[in-house]
Amino acid sequence: MPDETSSVSPAPDGRPTAEQPRWRRDFPVDSEQAAYVGRRDFVKFMLLPSGAFFVGQVWIGLHSLRSGDDGPPLRRVATLTDIPVGGALVFHYPSPLDPCLLVRPDEDTLLAYSQACTHLSCPVQPDVAAGRLNCPCHNGVFDLKTGRPVSGPPRRPLPRINLEVRDGVISATGVEPRT
Amino acid sequence: MPVPPDHAFFIDPNRCIGCQACVHACAECDTHKGVSMIHLEYLDRRLSTQTAPVICMHCDSPTCAEVCPADAISKTADGVVQSARKPRCIACNNCVLACPFGVPKMQTEVELMMKCDMCYDRTSAGKKPMCATVCPSQALFFGTRDDVERLRPNSTPVNRFQFGAQEVQTKVYVMVPSAAPPNVLDMNAAMHPGSGTPGIHVNLLDTIQPHSKP
Repeated sequence: MPDETSSVSPAPDGRPTAEQPRWRRDFPVDSEQAAYVGRRDFVKFMLLPSGAFFVGQVWIGLHSLRSGDDGPPLRRVATLTDIPVGGALVFHYPSPLDPCLLVRPDEDTLLAYSQACTHLSCPVQPDVAAGRLNCPCHNGVFDLKTGRPVSGPPRRPLPRINLEVRDGVISATGVEPRT
Repeated sequence: MPVPPDHAFFIDPNRCIGCQACVHACAECDTHKGVSMIHLEYLDRRLSTQTAPVICMHCDSPTCAEVCPADAISKTADGVVQSARKPRCIACNNCVLACPFGVPKMQTEVELMMKCDMCYDRTSAGKKPMCATVCPSQALFFGTRDDVERLRPNSTPVNRFQFGAQEVQTKVYVMVPSAAPPNVLDMNAAMHPGSGTPGIHVNLLDTIQPHSKP
């Protein structure tokens, strides 16, 4: 209850405040009483968001426990015969909406990067002979060997796709995000 | 800042000349420009030119706020019952129907009940309400009780009203003749004189015979 010095309008039935029903305290006529928030009510209210956070955390924890964190799946991309030396091909990894580039600058080297330019996500085009990846939108240039930006607007390197070659089959094993 | 506790509002319908200055002064207020929150009542237009200004009486236990389902009307600590809050008012008309004095008016264009709040912006800053400043006959008087007793020796302020079973005490006073000042004004008896119910004569038409029904 508000402090005792604040006035409480008398109820129409004339009975004292203590005998009035609960709703009269919850919906008081006096603006001073209406603006008053008891410490207990305030703490109860504060528990709402923190309680919601707690429940959310528990839910996230249970969810990750149940599904496990296996990372992106291993996926077959191509065979060594599909890609000639000096050639490149596009594949999608980890989801069908993530285009990636597989480049073979020489016989023993396979490189794979996300094709989305780190500037505004235009697809980068390989120039294997020059050892570069060019973005046609804003003239961004990436180094083919490292995937790092060389010139133009992009400032971050392209995410690298980890590859594994077994029995002539090239598979993607994960995405390595870099800064 | 609250309304000065020694100041009160005194209505003296005897002095009202029906000039409507109060109504128009109210309508000119910047906080509700163009809409008057008070009105003028004609007692019996066929028989008399007598009028009475109707401002909010600011009840101690405001019936309008009691019946408001949206909790839109509240009473400040200094006893002023505020007009409905725009975000809360649902234009249900409960207050309009419930107020024994007929004060609240529904502004249907904006779906908001607007009623006299004793010019809270002015009175809480130590000024008089707009209507009391413009009233040429001071039928609406805002000042101390000492002032009103000195200026109106033949009248006595009364702020208790009986409406059937409901007794209402208000912050605003009505001036009644000092000859036999009642403790409580029986409004039903005053509205229906001669019905047998003993009441007091706030009725201003004593010298005029009630018209006979055809």
